[in-house]
Amino acid sequence: MSAIAEGLRRVFQLDIELWHIVVLSLEVSLSAVLLATLVGLPLGALLAVKRFSGRRGVIVVLNALMGLPPVVVGLVVYLMLSRAGPLGELGLLFTPGAMIVAQTVLVLPIIAALARQALEDAWREYEEQLRSLGAEGVKAALTLIWDARFSLITAVLAGLGRASAEVGAVMIVGGNIDGVTRVMTTAIALETSKGDLPLALGLGFILIAIVLALNAAAQLIKEAAQRRFG
Amino acid sequence: MSASILPLVLDNVGYASNGQAIIGGVSLAIEAGASTIILGANGAGKSVLMRLMHGLLEPTSGSVKWSETGHASLRRRQAMVFQRPVMLRRSALANVVYALELAGVEAGEREAQARGALAEVGLQHLAERPARVLSGGEQQRLALARAWALHPEVLFLDEPTANLDPTAAREIETVIKAFDAAGTKIVMATHNLGQARRLGDEVIYVHGGRVVERASIDQFFARPATAEAAAFMKGELPWV
Repeated sequence: MSAIAEGLRRVFQLDIELWHIVVLSLEVSLSAVLLATLVGLPLGALLAVKRFSGRRGVIVVLNALMGLPPVVVGLVVYLMLSRAGPLGELGLLFTPGAMIVAQTVLVLPIIAALARQALEDAWREYEEQLRSLGAEGVKAALTLIWDARFSLITAVLAGLGRASAEVGAVMIVGGNIDGVTRVMTTAIALETSKGDLPLALGLGFILIAIVLALNAAAQLIKEAAQRRFG
Repeated sequence: MSASILPLVLDNVGYASNGQAIIGGVSLAIEAGASTIILGANGAGKSVLMRLMHGLLEPTSGSVKWSETGHASLRRRQAMVFQRPVMLRRSALANVVYALELAGVEAGEREAQARGALAEVGLQHLAERPARVLSGGEQQRLALARAWALHPEVLFLDEPTANLDPTAAREIETVIKAFDAAGTKIVMATHNLGQARRLGDEVIYVHGGRVVERASIDQFFARPATAEAAAFMKGELPWV
């Protein structure tokens, strides 16, 4: 306990610098989750609603991609964004933008796959009624997303958990540059390797507290909404 | 209104699922006018037959033809009410508005039409209530309001009162009669003989995936022509 207390005291001594790290962490992870949600929910919904050949293969691949190793994603995004890479001209490497790209790639399969599962269950219930009313394809998918919006919160939270916890991808494409691309997880890794365990522990404690608060807020919203709408 | 989509003609229709025949050799025509009751025991194939008519299932053999073709206009001129109504997570009013939107009704007219349909089934006071927290009977009336708003030429009903208590069932029957009075062709599946009598003009009796008898309601109840129908009626007593 005293190590955590010491760690927290040290963390708050960093003040300005710490604040920057926390804000950047949230900016990167929330941006990535937002982008992945905008793409992942419609993708999951179409997979739930549309029947086409090769659909099962796509679902298997998507589910497998949920387990993408962050360092591998980081490496691939690094190669894409490096000077000689196909997207090198964007000049994104070692910027927060690159970290958002990497985390989006990492989180997208998680949100899409979990959304597909939840929406396919909903589709079983809705299909006949929606088809009878004349809703098919994109319209049916959008209706499904809106109607299952509360259960989809879980899929988005799983994505957020992944984004805020990973260190490998942001380390590789961001470079852990002090004041520019240093986020909580890379700072923890750095302090641990430097041997400043109390500071690393303090940072870890704050990271967990933030994730916990976000999840609690989402859970409360979900429960209130379910009470209201049934 | 353009020409009627009726009669609906089924020609030697068969339906199989996973290699198992559920409907076989059904040939019949559904004409405008008289209310048609599809009667039969559980598992006889009533629901599947109705879904084939409504176009939710494609026949594996034979054909289902409306007198007028064109997918979009056909969809818009028929509606179906299911045994268990599926309501969207939004208000009762918004559920009806949603159906009107899909039917291509202009945005400015949807709410007024939806409120009219809710009033028709006696739900106007619950318009703003989330649809999913309504009781089973209210949800089924809402499903009827959603159908009413569409002014369908044909209304399919798949055991609409099977999950409801007698009072709620009577309310549903009242609305179905209103549809009939407004000129909508009623095609209803049920295994409830009393309801068949109260609402129907003719009976299509289904047994083992086949249509074994078709007769006017009076004739059917007075002298069922087939042994299957007679046995079914004996087993279904008392009439409720």
